[in-house]
Formats: sequence, structure tokens, C-alpha cells
Amino acid sequence: MSEQQDTDLHRRRFLGQAAAAAGLTIAPGVMLYQVSARPADQAVTSQVRWGMLIDTSKCETGCNDCVSACKTENGWGTTETKSSPRQQAQWIRKVKLTDKQTGHVQSLPLMCQHCETPPCVDVCPTGASMKREDGIVLVDKHICIGCRYCMMACPYKARSFIHEELHDQKPYMPRGIGTVESCTLCVHRVDKDGTPACVEACNAEGHKAMYFGDLNDPNSEISRRLKQYGGEQIRADLGLNTGVRYQGL
Amino acid sequence: MVFLPRYLSKLVALLGVSLVLALPLTSLAGDLLPSIPKGKGEQCVEPTEIMRRNHMEFLLHQRDDTVHRGIRTTQHSLKECIECHNAPAQDGKVARVGTADHFCNSCHTVAAVNVDCFECHADKPENAQYRHALKGKTE
Repeated sequence: MSEQQDTDLHRRRFLGQAAAAAGLTIAPGVMLYQVSARPADQAVTSQVRWGMLIDTSKCETGCNDCVSACKTENGWGTTETKSSPRQQAQWIRKVKLTDKQTGHVQSLPLMCQHCETPPCVDVCPTGASMKREDGIVLVDKHICIGCRYCMMACPYKARSFIHEELHDQKPYMPRGIGTVESCTLCVHRVDKDGTPACVEACNAEGHKAMYFGDLNDPNSEISRRLKQYGGEQIRADLGLNTGVRYQGL
Repeated sequence: MVFLPRYLSKLVALLGVSLVLALPLTSLAGDLLPSIPKGKGEQCVEPTEIMRRNHMEFLLHQRDDTVHRGIRTTQHSLKECIECHNAPAQDGKVARVGTADHFCNSCHTVAAVNVDCFECHADKPENAQYRHALKGKTE
């Protein structure tokens, strides 16, 4: 038993040293895990279009893991203490769909659908509501005047308005009184080659109902799945070409 | 009475007046001038003179680059300013933006320039141990 342990320990140490040596030989100061697709000083391009795929057959009624992960990551939900429930922020919410004829119940997360032609951008009088080159729809809170036209224009009710003074925001996710906000597709994570917090939480809990990736890359998992199984848009009749797609609706 | 030439008597009077005026000023100067807390590290991302005059330009430029174009260099990012300049003290206490101890507030109160940044942005660092590289333009 102890011999086995010794062997294991020896092997582990050897592997650790080998890994360190490999990391050093590639380039001094550069480790394998830091390799990034886009350097921090380069702008996003339209070669990439970020999207999300939600498999509603795997999304369970009552499960709220994606919503709580978003709250923790971006710091909303618990901070608006003075706002009424109707005023409080909702970047992502769980929606229950019931077929009245058959009684079949489905549950799915609904958030900003990151449209290719976003109505919120069309109506914004200041240019604060905007779409990045890589398809992520954001609010530039520096120039948002809080008119809330975008909230009325959005067919998904994806945006919220902050009614009260906030403190202790996350340094990577500024949010404050008098501005509109919504799902950013965790842009701070995406810019560092990460995945949105909701997708990460869904996978970590083993539900595997959410996929994130590049819709323009035919070899990405999300594109392959969409090609094979198809994916529906909510309110496809509006022709918005949403970045968030659903399966099994 | 000692006779003094006119110009000399004027000079003496002027000296007396300036002495009376200067005394309270020197004692007040310490209270009037901002006490800027020392940041982490040896020097800032730009020379002090440039930073004093142009930090708002850097921040304005950086904010547009970051929000609209996804450029996340750390050299002129407000988050990085906060990380170094509002580091927690030995006892773990961090200055909040409403108080004179905050490095932005200490100057801006004296200059009577209101800063809106912290209505949305965090006024204290998330990671107290963090210090970013001065020379690297990217992380």
C-alpha cells in the first residue's frame, strides 16, 4: 500500500516537473494556459459572433442555478434593497411555459437575446445602447440618460432600470442609478476567453443545458449542434436573428 | 521718532502686513492642500505631472475603447487606478469615495470638481494583494 503511494507521489512529482519544464521551454514567462485568441489591446471584430444555445429538454423546472450564478457574478438582485420587486433588476429569469391543451410544462432561462438587428439600438437617442462588432449587445452607461426607450422596444423584456443608489459594485461590472442594464453575455469573461457565468454554473452542476460559443465558426460546438439539431429563436417572426437559440421549444 | 525715507517706511509697512497675512496662511496650508495617499509601487503608469493634468483624458479614451471595442489594456483603466491608489491599509480598512481619505476625493474636493465615476464604478479594489505591471501594456 505504502509502496503504491510512494510510486504515485514520485510519478506526480515527475509530471509536475515535466509540466513546469514544458511551460518554460515554450517561451520565458509565457505559460500554456495564458494563450489567448485575441490580445487585450486589439479591438473585437465581426469575424466572431458570440451566441448561446439552450437545450430546454435538459432545463429543469425549479432549477435556478443560472440565475443565481448571474446574480453572484454581476452583483444584481441583492443590492437593490429600496426598489419594489417590479423595479428590481432582472438580467436573466426562468420562464415556465405550459401548454394549456396538454398540460406539458417547459422551463427555460430568458435574457437579452443579443439580436443581430437589436430594436434597443434602433431606438436609443444617445447611442448608449449598442452592439459590439462580435454581436454582444451592451449599454454604455457613460452616455445612457435613462430614458428607457430601449426597455420598451425590447420584445423580450430583457432590460432593467436602476432606481436607487448602489454601492459595492463589482469592479469589472459597473452599474449605477439612472442607467439601464441587461445581460452582457459576461463580456468581461468573454474578453478573457471565458464563458458566461450562467453557462459555467449550468455545466458545473451537470445539467449541461447551456452552450456558449462562436456562431461564425462552423467547427465550434454550438455551431455543430445548431447544424445537427437546429435551434429556434423566440419571436422568430420579428426577424431579429437572435444570438441566443433554444432547442426543444 | 526716527526719520525714515518715504520708500523705506513703505517697505517696512509692507513687510509688516505681509507677515501678518502669511502667518495664518502657512498654518492653514496643511489643511487646504489635499493629502494624497501614496499608491502601491514606485511610480505611476505615467509621470506625475502628466497624470495630474491628463488623467481624465486617459480615462475617457480608455472607457470608450473598453466598452465599445473590447480593448482591455490595463495601462489607463480606472480599475487599475483604484487597485494601486486605494489599497487597503495595514488594518484592512479601505477609504470610501465619500471621505477625504479617498485618493480621488482628496484632490477633487479641493478643486471643486465633482466626479461621477463612482456612481457606477467600484471605489475599492476587489483583490487587495493585486499590483499590476508598469511596463506591460497588456495583462
